[in-house]
Amino acid sequence: MNWFRFASPASFYPLAGRLAPWFGGAAALFAAAGLYVGLVAAPTDATQGDAYRIIFVHVAAAWMSMFIYLVMAFWCAVSLMFNARLAAMMAQALAPTGALFTALALVTGALWGKPTWGTYWAWDARMTSELILLFLYLGYMALRQAIDEPRRADRASAVLALVGAINVPIIYFSVKWWNTLHQGASVSLTSAPTMAAMMLTGMLLMALAAWFYSIAIALTRVRAIILERERHAGWVGEAALAARGAR
Amino acid sequence: MSVAEFVSMGGYGFYVWGSYTACVLAIAAEIVIVRSRFAAARRAAGGREPSA
Repeated sequence: MNWFRFASPASFYPLAGRLAPWFGGAAALFAAAGLYVGLVAAPTDATQGDAYRIIFVHVAAAWMSMFIYLVMAFWCAVSLMFNARLAAMMAQALAPTGALFTALALVTGALWGKPTWGTYWAWDARMTSELILLFLYLGYMALRQAIDEPRRADRASAVLALVGAINVPIIYFSVKWWNTLHQGASVSLTSAPTMAAMMLTGMLLMALAAWFYSIAIALTRVRAIILERERHAGWVGEAALAARGAR
Repeated sequence: MSVAEFVSMGGYGFYVWGSYTACVLAIAAEIVIVRSRFAAARRAAGGREPSA
């Protein structure tokens, strides 16, 4: 099987259509389990009371906001290096979902900050760099919108996305590098988690749900983008050629 | 745990439910927007779609 044939938008289109419902279904299942664990099964926190339950949506949204940006920047790099249309479309499809999760991380963070810190917002390093991430997503989308020719929009927005990628490690390590109001990492690869097993389970379930949701929605959006951008390409011939090349 | 206790979330109901409601609304809106965009793109393509 020649996997490179899926680098063609016309070949990827039906594959994305077959995959999206599975990821969407997995997202719904994991979200249902995560919501049950997070809102019902997990015990009340000793110091924060039930306010801590915001963690289950906040951490999932915040992780996705950073991870989607890295994936988007990866596809931007691929599109620049190989002049690949599909890679640019993938980046284009991921940006709105990344922006959405960034906004949700900020909103849920504010709603968590008020009862625990006494303020909705502070200009600390973590929150400020996350806000900059939102502006990077919005800037990426605005730049695309402003350029009529899609391939030029691909290149210009890819450069912007790649330059902005420097912000992601800044967000992630901000709680270490600066003295922030925001707490440090609760879960890391280098140390044992500092929370109860049930809380950790709920957080991971919600994070997986957010992953699967992001994949499902991005696959559906990329299908729309393929139709919008390539509907004059004469697919029937192109798909047939790709299938012949695979044999 | 009673329903009233569950709703009040130990007095933090506004913050907890506000967070979850914001997430549910945002994701529901994105699903509606993306589906309608895809449907519109399909209509514009006039039934011609790439098929493997």
